[in-house]
Amino acid sequence: MSEPAKRKLRVATTSLAGCFGCHMSFLDIDEHLFELIELIEFDRSPLTDIKEVGECDLGIIEGGLCNAENVHILREFRARCRKLVAIGACAVNGGLPAQRNHLKLTEILEEVYHTSPGIAQGLIPNDPELPLPLNKVHPLHEVVKIDWFIPGCPPSGEAIWKALTDIVAGRDPQLGFGLLRYD
Amino acid sequence: MHEAGRDVASALPPILARWRQDPTALVQILRETQEALDWIPPEAIEFIRRGLGLPHSKIEGVAGFYSFFHTRPRGRYRVLFADNIVERLQGSAALMERLCRSLWVEPGKVSEDGLLSVDTTSCIGMGDQGPALLVNNLAVPRLTEARIDELCELIRGEVPLAEWPAGLFAVEDNIRRRDVLLDSQPAPGDVLRAAQARARWGGALPNPLIEELRTARLRGRGGAGFPTALKWASCRGAPLAAGKSRIVVCNADEGEPGTFKDRVLLTTQADLVFDGMTVAAHALGATRGFLYLRGEYRYLLDALQATLARRRAAGLLGRGILGVAGADFDIEIHLGAGAYVCGEESALIESLEGKRGTPRNRPPFPVTHGYLDQPTVVDNVETFACAALIALNGGGWFAGLGSAESSGTKLLSVSGDVERPGVYEFPFGVSVDEVLAAAGARNAQAVQVGGPSGTCIGAAEFGRRIAFEDIPSAGAFMVFDASRDMFEVARNFTHFFAHESCGFCTPCRVGTSLLKNLMDKLANGHGSPYDFVEIEKMNHILQQMSHCGLGHSACNPVLDTIARFRPAYERRLSNPSFEPAFDLDRALAPARQMTGRDDAGAHLAIHGEATK
Amino acid sequence: MSPTFTLDGKEVPFREGQTIIQAAHAAGQWIPHLCYHPEFKPHGSCKLCTVTVNGRHMASCTTQAAAGQVVESDTEALNGERRTLLQMLFVEGNHFCPSCEKSGDCKLQATAYDLGMMTPHFDHFYPCRPVDASHPEILLDFNRCILCSLCVRASRDVDGKSVFALSGRGIGTKLVVNAASGRLADTDVAMDDKAIAVCPVGVILKKRRGFAVPIGERTYDKAPISATEE
Repeated sequence: MSEPAKRKLRVATTSLAGCFGCHMSFLDIDEHLFELIELIEFDRSPLTDIKEVGECDLGIIEGGLCNAENVHILREFRARCRKLVAIGACAVNGGLPAQRNHLKLTEILEEVYHTSPGIAQGLIPNDPELPLPLNKVHPLHEVVKIDWFIPGCPPSGEAIWKALTDIVAGRDPQLGFGLLRYD
Repeated sequence: MHEAGRDVASALPPILARWRQDPTALVQILRETQEALDWIPPEAIEFIRRGLGLPHSKIEGVAGFYSFFHTRPRGRYRVLFADNIVERLQGSAALMERLCRSLWVEPGKVSEDGLLSVDTTSCIGMGDQGPALLVNNLAVPRLTEARIDELCELIRGEVPLAEWPAGLFAVEDNIRRRDVLLDSQPAPGDVLRAAQARARWGGALPNPLIEELRTARLRGRGGAGFPTALKWASCRGAPLAAGKSRIVVCNADEGEPGTFKDRVLLTTQADLVFDGMTVAAHALGATRGFLYLRGEYRYLLDALQATLARRRAAGLLGRGILGVAGADFDIEIHLGAGAYVCGEESALIESLEGKRGTPRNRPPFPVTHGYLDQPTVVDNVETFACAALIALNGGGWFAGLGSAESSGTKLLSVSGDVERPGVYEFPFGVSVDEVLAAAGARNAQAVQVGGPSGTCIGAAEFGRRIAFEDIPSAGAFMVFDASRDMFEVARNFTHFFAHESCGFCTPCRVGTSLLKNLMDKLANGHGSPYDFVEIEKMNHILQQMSHCGLGHSACNPVLDTIARFRPAYERRLSNPSFEPAFDLDRALAPARQMTGRDDAGAHLAIHGEATK
Repeated sequence: MSPTFTLDGKEVPFREGQTIIQAAHAAGQWIPHLCYHPEFKPHGSCKLCTVTVNGRHMASCTTQAAAGQVVESDTEALNGERRTLLQMLFVEGNHFCPSCEKSGDCKLQATAYDLGMMTPHFDHFYPCRPVDASHPEILLDFNRCILCSLCVRASRDVDGKSVFALSGRGIGTKLVVNAASGRLADTDVAMDDKAIAVCPVGVILKKRRGFAVPIGERTYDKAPISATEE
């Protein structure tokens, strides 16, 4: 019995309110990239520079939600991707950006643009091209349904590889001792 | 600050003296301080710290636990509207708004001039004559717009509470049906003489008085229905260390929303209740008794103290009761301060000891290690009244009343959509239908029996009976007619439990808030089937993992209404895909305000674009 | 011959007066826990150590061992419930592990690793809990407090000081210190207090000691907590 040639999983990735560290860590899977490229193909991703998300099997999202644009992209990913993975501390619990959550947004803007000396000449930028910040930073699962999570700041290449191979094999990703890390 | 310091210097010494500088009276000392000064200023905490020799952290811990204690100024007039669902359905929110608008104060905040604060509180036991409020812990029932306007005038005129028209504070008994308990008016001393004729004071087991309770098959009226004879016998049989006493505690922390029958018992049958406590002391050889009265019933305190004084003068309390040598027993009244969880007996004991009202780990149980580690019986107000009647008339007489497994009668606090709300005393075994008919309920769709931690039943089950073998009840009987939204009823109850969770254990502390948030999410139109799964998960965790009955029963109203009124939930799960709990567009409002933007890009659609 | 109960099918001997968790740990069988500490009176608040005893959920730190009990602990269902409790603790406070100097030595984190918690799952509360940096040697970061009250018990029962106490109620429960000013600097806390050493998470921290141990060599880097603790 011969196996039918498996269709490659189509995968999109993006970084929202993150630092691209998770994407960098993704590249740390090193030689596994050769194996991976046999199993998946990339849609929208910083790796491809495709700007629009197409119909995908998997969306991998780094970073939480700190502004309106983040929400738009997340919703687009949710609409086009069959499964979504939140990758990294910021996507999972808001991470570093969420540490502003105990402060009022109005006070933050006040402090940054009005009180402290800066480049904006005391004006809060209001160009319609700029996305407006949300009053609080949210992790992804608070706004759309997220199917899987890979925590870590960033998760190691090894952890990412393990999670991806689980997903490709049709399993819920499991990270055992040493791979499951929040820092 | 100087003024507060002066007030503390004059107000605190008599309070500490009255409570004998006793650290176990900390809750009472804080309560009287709050009454005297309108709040508990840092100077008062410092004074109490030095007077009682307690760490500052402990005093702050206790003061921070009880809703009625304020370590920041809350105004000279502190108005708290009862947030009981029945009163909410009667329009309490609109009345609160009227008062707030009239007096220029925001709910939850102190007015700018520091004169008053307005907020909500849990049910205050006035469900039969609501909407009601507390002003400085004194109940003002039967609120109307006119009454609110009258209050506004009094507050605006800064009239001292003592000069307010007495009619404002008049609480009606609303007794609608009497049976043996509400009908009995034994002459002073009759009950204790009957007890004395049956047994020797503090006699060893088997104690004939306790045997009468056994014959009577008396079960606790607080809801759980534990056999009273077994509880008393366990306490009587518990070893007593030298210098220790057995303790009798009457649980009058009637905090279950929708119940008020203990209020009526303590108003009309206080002697019978104290008789019952003294019968317990007789059976146990106890020397010390406490009535733990919920803070919301502060207005009953003076009358109850007067009753105790009268009993002491009549030789029914104090040393040598009825002239019997060694028959020494007295009763102190402790008030709660706005913490429902103190109705749980071990939390109540903690509160009596001057601590945060956190339920204890059990075993050991209070019957062996209760108040200050002494063998302690804690019973409901109504249970003690029953015990008094049993001492008087015998267990056989009592056993002949009621149903097979539930002897005697039950006081029901009937409120909600009925013509005649009030207290109904029925023999156990009465059907829900019979109660509804007696109270003049029309078109009832549901009855919350026993309050939020009890059972919610629909019309198909109105043939069921109030009895331990069918629907047990601590007494609340809240009626909802067909116009009422049972989801909103359950949602109100989840708010209640989140507010009243003591915070000790993880599942209840966090779970009650998560459950409340989920119900709010549905109410705000953000519900999806996904949230329903979450609600069921939360119910499971609360039931299985919580430390005490509060957490175990916190999900009952949700489970019951899901089982019986599912469409009320399904209507609210209409979003096909997951929705955030908050309004994303509103989350941009502060940024819009700061930038002055209102273009399309400055908004987010409520629902996601192109959902798959 | 000491009496026994079974834990996940294995016989566990116990002495009179021992709790289930004490007997289990003495026999080398791990039961997850946070507020339990062998040196202090059992508290029973975190509920992580919940097991089933003859089918009923009980906190194993406050339940006395008894002969013939059938105790289950390491089951899919119980571990799932424990994960939910951990998730509750994570969303209740502000737990940002990457910037926490207790990371790698934190029992909350290590227990969550051990139980495979991949996400905090619930919506975060993001409470506002200002830190107390008043003391020259000790930092209090209340954002990470799980209200286990180990420091409260240690200070009261071992140090005889009551430097720490719980105040507030319900979801507003909070740790306070023993000073009218509310500042740790104004208490009689000392560096060698038991209360300073007992915090399972990153609330009570000695200043200028953070990140001294490199990643890979911290307490729970080398082996999971279930294999590390007594």
